[in-house]
Amino acid sequence: MSTAATRPNEAERYYNYAYLDEQTKRMIRRAILKALAIPGYQAPFGSREMPVPYGWGTGGIQLTAAIIGPDDVYKCIDQGADDTTNAVSIRKFFARVADVATTEDTAEATIIQTRHRIPEQPLKAGQVLVFQVPQPEPLRGLEARETETRAMHAYEEYGLQYVSLYENISAFGRIAATAGYPVMVEERYLMSPSPIPKFDNPKMDDNEAILLFGAGREKRIYAIPPHTRVRSLDFEDYPFEVQTWEENCALCGAEDSYLDEVVLDDAGNRMFVCSDSHHCGQRRAEGHVGPMAGHQLANPVAEDGQ
Amino acid sequence: MTLGIDLSRIHPGFPDPVRGSQTVFRAIMDAVARPGLAVALNKAPEAPAPLARATGAIALTLLDFETPVWLDAGVLAGEAQAWLRFHCGCPLTSETQDAAFAFITRPEDGPPLSAFNAGDAKYPDRSTTVVIQLPHLEGGRPVRLKGPGIKGERTIAPQGLPGDFWEQVADNNSAFQFGVDVILASGDLLMGLPRSLQIQTEGA
Repeated sequence: MSTAATRPNEAERYYNYAYLDEQTKRMIRRAILKALAIPGYQAPFGSREMPVPYGWGTGGIQLTAAIIGPDDVYKCIDQGADDTTNAVSIRKFFARVADVATTEDTAEATIIQTRHRIPEQPLKAGQVLVFQVPQPEPLRGLEARETETRAMHAYEEYGLQYVSLYENISAFGRIAATAGYPVMVEERYLMSPSPIPKFDNPKMDDNEAILLFGAGREKRIYAIPPHTRVRSLDFEDYPFEVQTWEENCALCGAEDSYLDEVVLDDAGNRMFVCSDSHHCGQRRAEGHVGPMAGHQLANPVAEDGQ
Repeated sequence: MTLGIDLSRIHPGFPDPVRGSQTVFRAIMDAVARPGLAVALNKAPEAPAPLARATGAIALTLLDFETPVWLDAGVLAGEAQAWLRFHCGCPLTSETQDAAFAFITRPEDGPPLSAFNAGDAKYPDRSTTVVIQLPHLEGGRPVRLKGPGIKGERTIAPQGLPGDFWEQVADNNSAFQFGVDVILASGDLLMGLPRSLQIQTEGA
């Protein structure tokens, strides 16, 4: 039978394709469709126990499991990096349970699961970006009761959020939030972009790809279809701004990517490197050189010693 | 509903339900995310009369015991009713307000979109998804669309819709976050018309 050839792991797999049972997938799929039809609205779903604890990406994993097929090419990043423990584990999980090809190449991937970053390379039509979301409710820090925040969304009652931003300005002289910076989707629903740096917020506006957000513990799915208006909240006299750095990437010299600060020793030495590991590697392969090019951090040990 | 189903007359569903429903879902997701774009299915099995392959594939992919389904007279009269109950295990309802999904194969005679459940203010996702089967997704009266999922504008011209359908769609959008979500199906093609869709009137 041809199915044996297309599903190499079938014999030793004691669970359904892509781990979740078909009824769970249907339930998640229906929630995804409603979430896409009401951009920014948090659709409840019956989140399942997954083989990792809540907080390790169970929402994103369930979304991926509900949409993935053997023709997909899967990429998973954690804070922009393909080679961190969580990203490697989740990537291996789907290679094993869903027989998908995996990649670190942003352009090659059809499904990119991410924790706390949007890749630097612009996404294109046909790609799906799946966010892992710890707290889907942007108003939760201001109002603890779900019954109240749900009513606030229902009646578009977002004054409290603006008061919070105003208090930020009166206390710090600027809007101090740097990650999970709230956005307004199609001027209707206030949405948490998950804890991505606000540097990434503008990438959500008029994006070519489908953006799906999954919160496993909080049991919510929300979505942004392609070419949707996504506006970061601000005031006329305090416009939205993204982070900037005085340094360039130490390895690839990039001036326009999101940089992580890496402490090198106890003597106060440090370097700034691209958070997006694939973007940085690709730039280095193209011959871009930063001030600390050749540093050992540029050549991490390959996965599985390959 | 204690009448037995004659199993010898039931058409098969997906030859490989896991793979089939995954492929079809991705097409439905693309169609809903990019309203007005005709998305082709390549793995839809034959569905019993009066359902087209695309209509049947939507049912096989999204329906189960959790989704009360409303069927129009055309579907109720055909073999499709038993097929849906057998493969999907979905409860049928005659109340449009109770339906999670509705299947309309005779759009001229069907109830207006406003007859279906438009959702709750706090839970607008509890609205009906209305699947309308058409003879063709082109060749009808052109209409210009905009909204989330559409870069600029998109013009479509599905054939066989009631004369006031686009006014119904505009009314449906005017009450956003409330509203039903429509999926058009024809042959092997799907087209999403979610409630976020805006209709551009002539000359505007």
